Amino acid sequence: MRGERSDMSEDEDGGRGGAGGGDGAGDGGTDTPVPFSDQVLENVLENVLQFLSSPQDRNAASLVCLPWYRAEAQTRRELFIGNCYAVSPRRATERFRRIRAVVLKGKPRFADFNLVPNNWGAHFQPWVSAMAAAYPWLEKLCLKRMSVADSDLSLLAHSFPNFKELSLICCEGFSTAGLAVIAEKCRHLRVLDLIEDYLEGEEDETVDWVSRFPETTTSLESLGFDCVGSAVNFEALEALVARSPALRRLRVNHHVSVEQLCRLMARAPQLTHLGTGSFGSAAAPLLQGGGCSVVDLARTFAAFKSLVCLSGFRDVAPHCLPAIYPVCANLTSLNFSFANITAEELKPVIRHCHNLQNFWVLDAVRDEGLQAVAATCKDLRELRVFPLDPTEDSEGFVSNVGLVAISQGCRKLRSILYFCQQMTNAAVVTMSKNCQDLVVFRLCIMGRRRPDHRTGEPMDEGFGAIVKNCKKLRRLAISGLLTDKAFAYIGKYGKLVRTLSVAFAGDTDLGLRYVLEGCTQLQKLEIRDSPFGDSALLSGLHRYYNMRFVWMSSCKLSLRGCKEVAQRLPRLVVEVIRDRDEDDDDEGVQKLYMYRSLAGSRNDAPSFVEIL
Amino acid sequence: MSTDTRKSSTESEVSGLDYEETELKLGLPGGSRIGGSEPERKRGFAETVDLSLGGETCATDLGDRSTDSSDGPVSGAGRPPAAKAQVVGWPPVRSFRKNALKSCTYVKVAVDGAPYLRKVDLEMYGGYQQLLTALEDMFSCFTVRNKRLVDPVNGTEYVPTYEDKDGDWMLVGDVPWKMFVASCKRLRLMKSSEAVDLAPRTPQGSTNTK
Repeated sequence: MRGERSDMSEDEDGGRGGAGGGDGAGDGGTDTPVPFSDQVLENVLENVLQFLSSPQDRNAASLVCLPWYRAEAQTRRELFIGNCYAVSPRRATERFRRIRAVVLKGKPRFADFNLVPNNWGAHFQPWVSAMAAAYPWLEKLCLKRMSVADSDLSLLAHSFPNFKELSLICCEGFSTAGLAVIAEKCRHLRVLDLIEDYLEGEEDETVDWVSRFPETTTSLESLGFDCVGSAVNFEALEALVARSPALRRLRVNHHVSVEQLCRLMARAPQLTHLGTGSFGSAAAPLLQGGGCSVVDLARTFAAFKSLVCLSGFRDVAPHCLPAIYPVCANLTSLNFSFANITAEELKPVIRHCHNLQNFWVLDAVRDEGLQAVAATCKDLRELRVFPLDPTEDSEGFVSNVGLVAISQGCRKLRSILYFCQQMTNAAVVTMSKNCQDLVVFRLCIMGRRRPDHRTGEPMDEGFGAIVKNCKKLRRLAISGLLTDKAFAYIGKYGKLVRTLSVAFAGDTDLGLRYVLEGCTQLQKLEIRDSPFGDSALLSGLHRYYNMRFVWMSSCKLSLRGCKEVAQRLPRLVVEVIRDRDEDDDDEGVQKLYMYRSLAGSRNDAPSFVEIL
Repeated sequence: MSTDTRKSSTESEVSGLDYEETELKLGLPGGSRIGGSEPERKRGFAETVDLSLGGETCATDLGDRSTDSSDGPVSGAGRPPAAKAQVVGWPPVRSFRKNALKSCTYVKVAVDGAPYLRKVDLEMYGGYQQLLTALEDMFSCFTVRNKRLVDPVNGTEYVPTYEDKDGDWMLVGDVPWKMFVASCKRLRLMKSSEAVDLAPRTPQGSTNTK
């Protein structure tokens, strides 16, 4: 549910659907008794509305009139909160009374790159407390970039007897102790997916949470713990897999060796998604005593008729790779992004992967590896090429050559994330022409402000071609040497762009102005280290209520400008975040994070956050 | 943090921190220690301890250093060798990924006769001399003498050895530093009396004395 289409206008009647359940003046009050005929109408309405699943549709329906607003509120089953501070838990739970599934997102994305200091916020605690009271029948929870404590997990486990699915993505604050409570108390658990979380206390005594699952047959369908840094009790894991007949997705962490993986796989040939852990041997090399041989491993894989997704390969021993050949033809998703393999090691694998739609890989495979991908994976929809050595001055392994090859071979590409050291406009232009279906284009030229390495020119034309030619584009991340011209292109052609990430780009305030004036669908704007100042910020006042958030760090903003925004837009929360060693009296604003909110200033802001 | 794959002789130019050349040298113990490298060693050790706290400690270490996005040279000692000032959060790769890919350079260090193991991150050091002084620091009973670590109490000499990717035990210092970092799986300080069978770079001559 995006819900960002609401205008936060001063409209009285019927309230407003909005991001995170914006509430109208009507407030859904049920004090006056409803006439019988209206009651019938509401019942009919509810019966019809329950078929509406899309949040945008629901938001629109809720705006029609008060009865529709009420009926929609009663029939909504899934609640999407794109920014946990946009609405208070109390308000959300009061409006929507019958929620079964919640998606809750917290910190801004730049927190992933250490730009948000620790303890900034996004605490799950007030939400779980409110939901524990309001939604006893809660079944599913998905949290992203939230701060989750073990006590929160414990409350969750004790409050929702029918709880079925828990996904934690990029969260932190909890430990194996919290996982243990979940495993033990959530008897109907189907899904436990831990994705790139930071667990606490991994060096200390960890709890054997895998042993805490019910001893009887479980309903587990998906178990993913590849981000857990500590080893799990393998015997318990094996036994768990053996008594989980519904298990379809299993992602183990790198402590699970390939021999152990073999044993797990023997228990669960019905898996559709497998995270292979280390895929390396506890004892090197694999073929020496005690382990299963590559032939055995291949035979085990061959038994997997339903496998469509493979990941893991954290310490992959290249000679183990042939074991996966039997399943390659069925794979739609392959994540090699932790596998340090060469083009030569990749080729024999990728050659079999005709049906691949998602491919994540390290740039260690070089342009040559990408050429091999382009030659085989004609159905590729999403490609992510990560850097083996994520620093600015590392050797560039992939280049314009790889990008062009992909664009020529993978015409159906919708989403690309490409890390490189340098790029050419020509290659980006070529991609814009070949891949007309692109929805997500994220090019990260790791060398800051690098120009086109062939012409020496800024990368304006390349990105310009992307926004111009890729008419479905919704998400864009730009890099390299960029002038205001690039932003002019984005503002002019990027009419569907919802998310824009900018780093080390632009010349003057004009750049930001172009974007704020031109990109009418913009929801999420994150900018760092670009020379945009107060006047550019103020040029976007008409946009900010229609956006989820704006992040600007290391730009040219001042307190005066930010204060003016805060004054002019009372429903916007304007946070100035200071790093520890910053001078409090400094007029310059290092980090600005602002977002629309119905909840006003949050009361849990730490001392380094000033809310204007 | 950058693994410079250019020739090692240009490393000290590139790093700008005036490290000893990575070519192996017989140097006087203590003479190689530069003021700047000391806190770095300590940080290296601290990082080994803190690493598994989800990488956040490491990340905030980097975060503490600089939010300055300028390209100025590194001013603080205690930053890993880098050609350019590393900027916080750039390139935008999550710490989880950085740590997962980085961990391959952590190796365990065992000492004959000692019941505990330590871990070092080989990427923290510019060359053999630094590694030796780091080991000396870590196992504080030793002093470095002639490329060997000596327990001054009883005069026992320990020779640093390592197991490479092929499973062979080699003497530390035989191959160029970069090659060593890439192939070393673990370190062992072997009593030199036991190390006599270890010939440099001859696999058939090496003894797996584990």
